[in-house]
Amino acid sequence: MAVHGACRALLAAWVLLPALGEAQQPLHPFTVMGDAIPDSLTGQRGDPVRGRAIVASRQRGLCLLCHAGPFPEERFQGNLAPDLSGAGGRWSAGELRLRLVDSQRLNPATIMPSYYRTEELARVGAPWRGRPLLAAEEIEDVVAFLGTLKD
Amino acid sequence: MTRRRRAMLVAMLVLSLGGAEAVGPGERRSGFDDMAPETRAMQLDDMANPGMLWVAEGEAAWRRPAGPAGRSCAGCHGEAEASMRGIATRHPGWDQAAARPISLEDRINLCRRERQGGEPFAPESDDLLALSAYVAHQSRGMPIALPDDPRLTPFREQGRHIFEQRRGQLNLSCAQCHEEHAGRRLAGSVIPQGHPTGYPIYRLEWQSLGSLRRRLRNCTVGVRSEPLDEQEAVALELFLMFRANGMPMESPAIRP
Ligand code: HEC
Ligand code: HEC
Ligand code: HEC
Repeated sequence: MAVHGACRALLAAWVLLPALGEAQQPLHPFTVMGDAIPDSLTGQRGDPVRGRAIVASRQRGLCLLCHAGPFPEERFQGNLAPDLSGAGGRWSAGELRLRLVDSQRLNPATIMPSYYRTEELARVGAPWRGRPLLAAEEIEDVVAFLGTLKD
Repeated sequence: MTRRRRAMLVAMLVLSLGGAEAVGPGERRSGFDDMAPETRAMQLDDMANPGMLWVAEGEAAWRRPAGPAGRSCAGCHGEAEASMRGIATRHPGWDQAAARPISLEDRINLCRRERQGGEPFAPESDDLLALSAYVAHQSRGMPIALPDDPRLTPFREQGRHIFEQRRGQLNLSCAQCHEEHAGRRLAGSVIPQGHPTGYPIYRLEWQSLGSLRRRLRNCTVGVRSEPLDEQEAVALELFLMFRANGMPMESPAIRP
């Protein structure tokens, strides 16, 4: 049905086209010590430049749905969670890793998704089933990037 | 006060409080209240509200003969201003034959098929949206008034369970956004309390009219969850309407 041009304001949607997760494969094993995962999931250091792109991407990282951060190019940032600025000053790499992998271990009620977990989830849609939100390499990239946010 | 009048008053109170959930009635806000002033003005002005185009289309469909007997909706129901007044405030409503609540769209399609003998309208088709907008529009300004009918209770409780259950790859429940974080911003969008007061709505993002079912699909896909089946979807809609009991209908509303 045709509609007058009066309301062509296309607003930012949070519902995005399905971004396919990684190919279904077993998660890398990891060890939680205290409130941290001290060792890299891949045994390698991540790439902070790739990490920044993941965090800023509304299809991939989704972080800015909830968080704000030092991303002047991103107009729409959330206010449901702490600003990511300074995260690398507040937390060690290991602490950041656990917060990404499975924040719900630290705070079961948090809305922060567990980015590297495929178990104990209900009614996951078929395209995403059995896949973590981010691959191990991507987790490491994001950890490396967050580590650069010292203030 | 006579005993009967008191009983009636109590019954009315129970009715109006029946839907009050975690968010108390005083604090309930329609998504309308979170919109920019220009968008609110557009909704309130029938000449500017694009949803009114569907309402006009619906009125024409209401009078159009259809099916082998050539009967129109108006042929049986007369003027919609009288016969359809308040109907949308009580839907999803109990359907005796199906033995479960059905949505307003399904109710219209039931008449289409069984009373007119016509082909049922496809979900989200312009014809069905137009007729449901026209019927729902007859309740504009009236409070949502789902009855305290015990037959509805199990479905409403199923809906509540869906509303509160964390689901999808993002592992989020409807309640986490629409109760715990309502009023905060998810990227650019203010999270509304999620009251279905204005359906079908004209959504600027869709550039079209759409049903509550379509809106709920957006939120389910948003958390990367599998689609709800028919019974789950109608139970969730029923719960949302109970939760909004007493709030005025706005159909056709505009939403970002
Ligand atoms: C659905 C909302 C949501 C999303 C999406 C989200 N977070 Fe969070 N995050 C939170 C909340 C809320 C907290 C606060 C901690 C809590 O609730 O326990 C948090 C906490 C954090 C913290 C620790 C708090 C601090 O001091 O900075 C970091 C780091 C973090 N998130 C990074 C990320 C990154 C990186 C992403 C994307 C890969 C992301 N978050 C995606 C909601 C979210
Ligand atoms: C042949 C007569 C007939 C026609 C034609 C007809 N209806 Fe109905 N309709 C009825 C009857 C009778 C009922 C009550 C049914 C019941 O209670 O089970 C009803 C019920 C309804 C209801 C529910 C009312 C309530 O109280 O909940 C709606 C809405 C409705 N019709 C809409 C329509 C629309 C829209 C059309 C045209 C597409 C239409 N009807 C065509 C006879 C008709
Ligand atoms: C991550 C947060 C989030 C979750 C989880 C969520 N929604 Fe929403 N919902 C939103 C936002 C944001 C909007 C506003 C529209 C927009 O811009 O996308 C919205 C809009 C709505 C609306 C429209 C309200 C109106 O004024 O017309 C309804 C109804 C709704 N949601 C119901 C639900 C239900 C039911 C669930 C669970 C199946 C759910 N939502 C899950 C964020 C969420």
